[in-house]
Amino acid sequence: MNKLVAAVGAVVLLAGGYYLGNSNTPEPTVIKVPEAPKAAFSSGGADEVAAAGAANVAIRSLATPASGELIVVKDGESIQDAVKAASPGATIKVMPGTYKETVYVDKDNITLSGVIEDGQYPVMDGEGVLNDAVLYSGNGFTVENLYITRYKGNGVMGQAGNNFIIRNNFIIDTGVYGIFPQLGKNGLVSHNVISGIEDAAIYVGMSDNIDVVYNQVFESVAGIEIENSRSALVEANYVYNNTGGILAFITPGLPIKDCSDVIIRNNFVVGNNHENFAIPGSLVSNIPEGTGMLIMACDDVVVENNIITGNDSVGILFTDFSLATSAALDPDSEPNPNRPKILNNLMLDNGKNPTKLVQAFLATKLETEGQDIVDTVGMDDGCILEPTRYRTIGLEKYTECEFDSTSNVLTYMLPEPVAPRADDPNMDEGKLVYYGICAGCHAYSSRMIGPPTQIVQALYMDNPEGIAAFAANPMKKRDDYPEMPPQSHLDEETLLKAAEFMLKLKN
Amino acid sequence: MGGPTTGLPEWRDGFTPQQTDLGRYLFFDPVLSRDGSVSCATCHHPDKGFADGRAVSVGIDGHTVTRSAPTLWNVGFLKTLFWDARSTTLEDQATGPLYSSHEMGNNPQQLLETLNAIPLYRKLFAEAFPGDDEIVLDEIYSALTAFQVSLVSLNSRYDQYAHGYHEALTEPEIEGMNIFRSFVARCAECHTPPLFTNGQIAVIGTPEPEGMAFDPGAQVPMNEPTQRGGFKIPTLRNIELTAPYMHSGRFETLRETVAFYTGGRGHAVPEGEELVLHWHIWEPNLTNDELDRLVDFMKTLTDDSFKPKTPERLPSGLALVHDNPPLARGHDDGEKTDE
Repeated sequence: MNKLVAAVGAVVLLAGGYYLGNSNTPEPTVIKVPEAPKAAFSSGGADEVAAAGAANVAIRSLATPASGELIVVKDGESIQDAVKAASPGATIKVMPGTYKETVYVDKDNITLSGVIEDGQYPVMDGEGVLNDAVLYSGNGFTVENLYITRYKGNGVMGQAGNNFIIRNNFIIDTGVYGIFPQLGKNGLVSHNVISGIEDAAIYVGMSDNIDVVYNQVFESVAGIEIENSRSALVEANYVYNNTGGILAFITPGLPIKDCSDVIIRNNFVVGNNHENFAIPGSLVSNIPEGTGMLIMACDDVVVENNIITGNDSVGILFTDFSLATSAALDPDSEPNPNRPKILNNLMLDNGKNPTKLVQAFLATKLETEGQDIVDTVGMDDGCILEPTRYRTIGLEKYTECEFDSTSNVLTYMLPEPVAPRADDPNMDEGKLVYYGICAGCHAYSSRMIGPPTQIVQALYMDNPEGIAAFAANPMKKRDDYPEMPPQSHLDEETLLKAAEFMLKLKN
Repeated sequence: MGGPTTGLPEWRDGFTPQQTDLGRYLFFDPVLSRDGSVSCATCHHPDKGFADGRAVSVGIDGHTVTRSAPTLWNVGFLKTLFWDARSTTLEDQATGPLYSSHEMGNNPQQLLETLNAIPLYRKLFAEAFPGDDEIVLDEIYSALTAFQVSLVSLNSRYDQYAHGYHEALTEPEIEGMNIFRSFVARCAECHTPPLFTNGQIAVIGTPEPEGMAFDPGAQVPMNEPTQRGGFKIPTLRNIELTAPYMHSGRFETLRETVAFYTGGRGHAVPEGEELVLHWHIWEPNLTNDELDRLVDFMKTLTDDSFKPKTPERLPSGLALVHDNPPLARGHDDGEKTDE
């Protein structure tokens, strides 16, 4: 006890001596306590979600419409056969077993759902030969509970389907991309486990309103990549031992030129130090090994509440296209990562062993050691909270963020499914369907595969409903013409609009 | 994979039938060329997918140009024109071939004098562009544009499939479609449906024919060294009809063309050229069967049901010339003013 008292006394004396010795020089440390609450986070994406009434929806859920039709696929059968037999709205249950095929879904509202029994998943095995496991273009597509392995191309790849759900899948050692929705709006990628991908494990491309949440991605070149997309939320993912953990990119040369409103929060971004094994020439082949997050040219990226540790080159890297040396520059893509926003994050042990590329950059700043956060551009429109928590380079011009949380944004998904991607600003639906479908067989005044539109007009006059009903369920009427294929894949309203257009058509 | 309901950009529209029809006459009329020997249709022949079936085109006086005539199908959807994307409107584009000494060899003054001297054209222009007695240059460009934007091809068997009539394609064709959109082949990333082009420029490193100098492509108009060897991604609509292929017509068949892509990244780049090849160009190692299926699929994109009628007589009184293509006489004065 005496020893302790003596020791404490000695420390007090020492401290007192130190204080007396220095009392003329140091400024006292002032810790600032915020007096007024900060503003709520706002962004284009947040505004869109709020305007759509998102406050009332369950977080991150989306029910894809189902018709009640159920098709069960058993081991030894073909999933694709089931898809072919399915009507829009069908649920396809895939029983445990091994399926060696590429499944493509070009219909709306199909649910492809694995059944797990005694821990056994249905396995899709590409045997290193098949290109892709699941391709979809339909709207309202759900794929879940599959174990996908050994494909050359993608695990799950979507093109232009809106309102999709990709969840609860294992995608292991599979090709170029694990999960790759492209050109879609309103989608959910959640609870997938993905590894061994030579580009991005999860790659959201040219899409809007996507949540990427609760996934585990590891041992891939890029963990999660948000590319040329708007309103993406990347939350609560476990991202470790990839070459680069979480990326928000503009890739030059694509038809969509921007990337904005990306919230990256509550993720574990740990030890992303994997050797870069990307295909030479690919954009991700430029990612420095040991990169936790890489924000290239993407605007309004919020980084909040992540645990970012043990990434050997850098914790977070904001950069322009100077990294994209394998891509031709595109004058229409703005290269700077505008308005970066760094809120509170937990960062430690980043930059311990930077790659040569990062070392070279550090050398220009007279630094040798890697950093938590580097902005190679030195943006003057960025903001950061509590910058002293991190070791940083290039953030000198950042100001203090005016908001301290994105908690008012639960999701970037929209509360109601968006309309199927409709696209045509110049053409009404009836005209589109007529020219897209009907005109394939019916010319106005001459014989093609079906009778001329003029004859149909004469027969139906003021009765578009009659045409619509016949088109949905045609029967053979004329000996000298082939039977018309049923158009029941189109809904009644669409058929009616096409029929109305058909009756109005002149020449 | 989306079909016509995805990503169809806005297109040029709003022309009157009179303008479109006038444009059709002009398009076929060799009176637009300096000496009445070639018409627009010479290099953009309706029966040849609005291309000309040649590796590189031949213009006035037998001048051989350095690039292949691109199809005009769906040209109204494009935001940039010419292989090197140097033009942004069809009106502007028209002035290229009209006044190129290698193509139609005309000049604005002669063109106006010629057309204004033809009473029937005076009448047709007055109907198409009321309120103006004299024919002016903008009206000529405008009418040609009106005709070209009518060349829509979106109703192939592929489209029927994309709209839900899955029986429109055979099994091998569907197999080809899946290879096409697979990220092993990566075709659909640049040749994005429904136009089967994403309208961008890509550096892919296709070879020029023997003896032809390396074509720097978009590097020149963009003044961007990383775009060296970059060309616009062509549509695949009616691709079956427009052989030979690529900017220089280097490949005779679709099969040779798809084989290029599986030959390995940069395998045909000439020595000494440092090109920034597009990141989608790699080594997909497609099998021979897969290459065959890709060709099967591309042939499902054929639809020329809106092919316009060729006029029987021309307002100028001249005979149609596009069925008698000019002979290549190998003129080459080193100047490049072509497609």
